[in-house]
Amino acid sequence: MARYKYLIVGNSAGGIGAVEAIREGDSQGSLALVSDEPYPAYSRPAISEFLMGERDFDDRMYFRAPDFYDRHKVERYLGARVTQLDLEGREVVLENGDRLGWERLLLATGGVPITPRMDGLELNGVHRFTTIDHARNIDAALKQGARRVVVVGGGLIGCSLTSALIQRGGVEVVMVELLDRALAAVMDATASAMVEARLRELEVRVVTGHSVAGILPASSDPSRVGAVTLSSGEEIPCDLVGVAVGVAPRLELVRETPIEVNRGIVVDRYMETTVPGVFACGDVAEAYDFIYDSHRVVAIWPNAYIGGRIAGLNMAGGHHEYDGCTAMNSFSYFDIALASAGLFDPGAEDSVQTDTVNENGVYKKVVLREGRLVGFLLQGDIDQAGVLFRLMRDRVPVVDFQDRLLEDGFGLVSLPRPLRDAWLGDGGMGYEGSLAGGLAAK
Amino acid sequence: MVNRVRFREDYCVDCRLCEVYCATAHSQSKDVIKAFKDERPSPTRGISVQRRDATSFALNCQHCDEARCAWACVSGALTKNPETGVVTYNPEKCIGCWTCILACPNGAITRDSEKSQIIKCDLCSDREVPVCVAVCPNRALVL
Repeated sequence: MARYKYLIVGNSAGGIGAVEAIREGDSQGSLALVSDEPYPAYSRPAISEFLMGERDFDDRMYFRAPDFYDRHKVERYLGARVTQLDLEGREVVLENGDRLGWERLLLATGGVPITPRMDGLELNGVHRFTTIDHARNIDAALKQGARRVVVVGGGLIGCSLTSALIQRGGVEVVMVELLDRALAAVMDATASAMVEARLRELEVRVVTGHSVAGILPASSDPSRVGAVTLSSGEEIPCDLVGVAVGVAPRLELVRETPIEVNRGIVVDRYMETTVPGVFACGDVAEAYDFIYDSHRVVAIWPNAYIGGRIAGLNMAGGHHEYDGCTAMNSFSYFDIALASAGLFDPGAEDSVQTDTVNENGVYKKVVLREGRLVGFLLQGDIDQAGVLFRLMRDRVPVVDFQDRLLEDGFGLVSLPRPLRDAWLGDGGMGYEGSLAGGLAAK
Repeated sequence: MVNRVRFREDYCVDCRLCEVYCATAHSQSKDVIKAFKDERPSPTRGISVQRRDATSFALNCQHCDEARCAWACVSGALTKNPETGVVTYNPEKCIGCWTCILACPNGAITRDSEKSQIIKCDLCSDREVPVCVAVCPNRALVL
């Protein structure tokens, strides 16, 4: 049986972040990576470009250069599913019965598409949209003549799918969202209304406030999709259903193990689980969120990479604290640019929000609590979003210049000079600077 | 340590020559008149002057040691070159998702709306001294 110093389960943002970090701390220690997908790491968000025909599944979609694994001395087990975790023996068991031993383990297993319970999910023509294989299946179905698509879910994945379908053309799309508006997790009602209006312009029908109750077989071929029924009772004829509701932590390996699980795998600020030597990151883990000041699952790519990076540094003997992330999302579909982060839509009374719409239709909003920025949303003019994000992450008191946050031309130039000098002087926007800012603010 | 272009805001007079020469150096013709008058897509630049009241300075990518843009990049288009320290951008891979824009703590990455991709400073990899530094008449940009 092969035994490795480092074993990583998962070959996406978190796994790759860990590989790069481990090699920064330990250039030689044996390192292996297992993934059930048989491909080199690729950009999951780029499956939308693939489906619209913008790019093939090749170097342009791979997350790293072709020689990445060799250069980082990574033993690959791709297309191999881990079926069992043996924490006592420090081994994982693969589907084919092989075992791989480890001294330090990283669980970067990501998420699984959420599938609402409904009849007809087994019919031909029901698809998901989170992996390249999913995109290929939809591509094949469209090539075979699917023309009427129901997208279940009006969030980022649903929009990504809808965008690809529109770009491709020749397809009628109906988007069905259970909540009363699309994209509620990434923008406020004002911005959602803008996106929904744009979708209608693009001749996408958006149904909100209703769920898909069931998928019905086609009368011509009962093995195939023929329509969906909504909770309202309405029946929408279609030949393809894209279930794009979101992802949930992929926890199958850790169930019934001593590794503590809440909604996701519980990790400390060093990305270590409750079992020493076992780390977790990304969509499967509950990492620290600096806005909520608690651990929660925030399933976005940058958090996965940074969490994997911290895990990797610590697996290789370092002692690096994860300085925390929070929800941050950019939106780039249907010719709308938007960026949001933190509590951009607070219900709480202890926060103050201000917004503005300028003559070009640029919509901006900031949310302050106790004199500090805790959330923002920019639509149209998003290029300075990162400056707002850093103000938020560093918990900078902004009271003295809060009026400037929404001004046209906002940027570093809008900050008080001592703050600007401090940011640019720290030799690279490093952890030290931000962490010190964070601690000082507490 | 990596080279980076630093601005000295007390010396910037908001002339924007850095912007003009950066765009020209990254144009197809490399000719200032042709680049601005005729070229489509329009030439892009990785440096922008910000001005507020009497304060102005030119900002470009600082090629941070902790390159959060590269950590955030979902497509692999942005990477930190371990040898040179330059934060390298591969437009072939960029999908225009704008995640790096949220991650950049300085606001030094901008959108190229014509191409639905990003624009950022490449530190003039083909020159000894970045063109913005070379042309700044007041030494308000230094390497």
